[in-house]
Amino acid sequence: MDLIAEGISKAFWLLVKGDRDVFQIALLTLRVSGLATLISLAIGVPLGTALALGRFRGRSAAASIVNTGMGLPPVVVGLWVSIMLWRYGPLGSLRLMYTPAAMVIAQTIIALPIITGLTMSGIGQLDPGIHVQLLSLGATRLQLVWLLVREARLAVLAAVIAGFGRVISEIGASMMVGGNVVGHTRVLTTATSMEVSRGNFGEAIALSLILLCITLTITSCLTRLQQKGGSTQS
Amino acid sequence: MLYGLSTSLSKSAPKVHAKLTTRILLTVLLLAVFAISVGAAPAREVILATTTSTADTGLLDVLIPIFQEKTGYMVKTIAVGTGQALALGSRGEADVLLCHAPASELELVKNGDVIERKLVMHNDFIIVGPASDPAKVRGLKSAAEAFSRISGTQSVFVSRGDDSGTHKKEKAVWTKLGTAPSGKWYVEAGAGMGRTLSIASEKDGYTLTDRGTYLAFQKNLALDILVEGDAILLNIYHVMQVNPAKFAKVNGAGGLAFAEFMVSPEVQEIISTFGVDKYGDPLFFPDAGKNVDDLGK
Repeated sequence: MDLIAEGISKAFWLLVKGDRDVFQIALLTLRVSGLATLISLAIGVPLGTALALGRFRGRSAAASIVNTGMGLPPVVVGLWVSIMLWRYGPLGSLRLMYTPAAMVIAQTIIALPIITGLTMSGIGQLDPGIHVQLLSLGATRLQLVWLLVREARLAVLAAVIAGFGRVISEIGASMMVGGNVVGHTRVLTTATSMEVSRGNFGEAIALSLILLCITLTITSCLTRLQQKGGSTQS
Repeated sequence: MLYGLSTSLSKSAPKVHAKLTTRILLTVLLLAVFAISVGAAPAREVILATTTSTADTGLLDVLIPIFQEKTGYMVKTIAVGTGQALALGSRGEADVLLCHAPASELELVKNGDVIERKLVMHNDFIIVGPASDPAKVRGLKSAAEAFSRISGTQSVFVSRGDDSGTHKKEKAVWTKLGTAPSGKWYVEAGAGMGRTLSIASEKDGYTLTDRGTYLAFQKNLALDILVEGDAILLNIYHVMQVNPAKFAKVNGAGGLAFAEFMVSPEVQEIISTFGVDKYGDPLFFPDAGKNVDDLGK
């Protein structure tokens, strides 16, 4: 019990005093996971739409791959990204190992299938009549995609929430490709794990509470946006 | 924005499609460039692969800022098990190593993977366990004898199981005893020292630990020091530079600078007092310039 109280009071004071290290760690967490989510969104929404609407060979195989990718274990992603980015790996000359960029790449690989898959099922659930109706009204391909995504925005926002939630909470990939380097690649999850392994359970609880607060704030903003979208739609 | 673009180009559908693809690709490219610029690697960085024990005790938190201040290098400390640290070194993926598995380190020296291997410091391993001590090992002078009693009584023993320096030391003791431990009582944690101690404490088990991590964790553990002082239990740390002649991508100057820094009088002085304020005893004993065979005498 005293551990929990110690953790909560530590978290409170860290936030109130605006501890610089913790602030930096929290900011990096947001930057890395936010960027990974944005990139996944930019690729995943068009890709998910294409998979939902497209009529091409290999579409169902591609859809299966995306659905499998939604459960990609972060450590597996971390291992493969490490192998690619190591100095003597195929992409070693980019010098990205142990940088925030490497973490963005790994987290994008984790979030992309989630956002693609949920977009795919969201668009797929729309009334197929809309598709034909829009085309008969003379919509171009691009307009069609845009309008369908707008129509399925509840599902697309759910995809963003799921993707962001997954990457901000993952540790395996960030630890492996980032290395938890202080002031450089240390994010909230890796810092929490490190404090636990140092026996500083109070600090660990404090960091975990800060992570929960950030996730809660962002998710509730997105949820509000989603529900607002839902009410104007009906 | 996309909507506007599409309206203005709505007269030629295939062209729009191509534009859309280009636009998406451009966005992704821009984001990627931004991502890379966020984390562009500084030219003067040194990758230090080290064991969790040096990082978890907080020693490196004290030493690294001094080194960075003095030399202008930016150190990336990758704290992993000794097995992984040595593997990173032998593949040229780190610039300098700080490890505590002398036998394995000598193999890297023999293969020409690392050079400038220097003795830095030592502390010792201890066998800890529950106060009830079901295997009756308290006060034994021989680690092998203690292990023999633990396996003989099938008392829970939690092993690191991660090929770390501590795990290698544990295996050396079993080898000396001439047995390979197995059975329900022998738990392989696959975790760092801190977590392994927590598991041993929860399971009322024995484990082999370095003294530093045990002291750092003591307040959260229900484990006593039961066996200490056997010569086989010395925990010896060396620093070594990854060979830039073998791996062209290694930062040779930075690695050498860090190796020399670790054995400098200033650092040795800091090591000799590190931990005294917090635990009453130093966590490490500085050994720069000594002969390994003289340690513990």
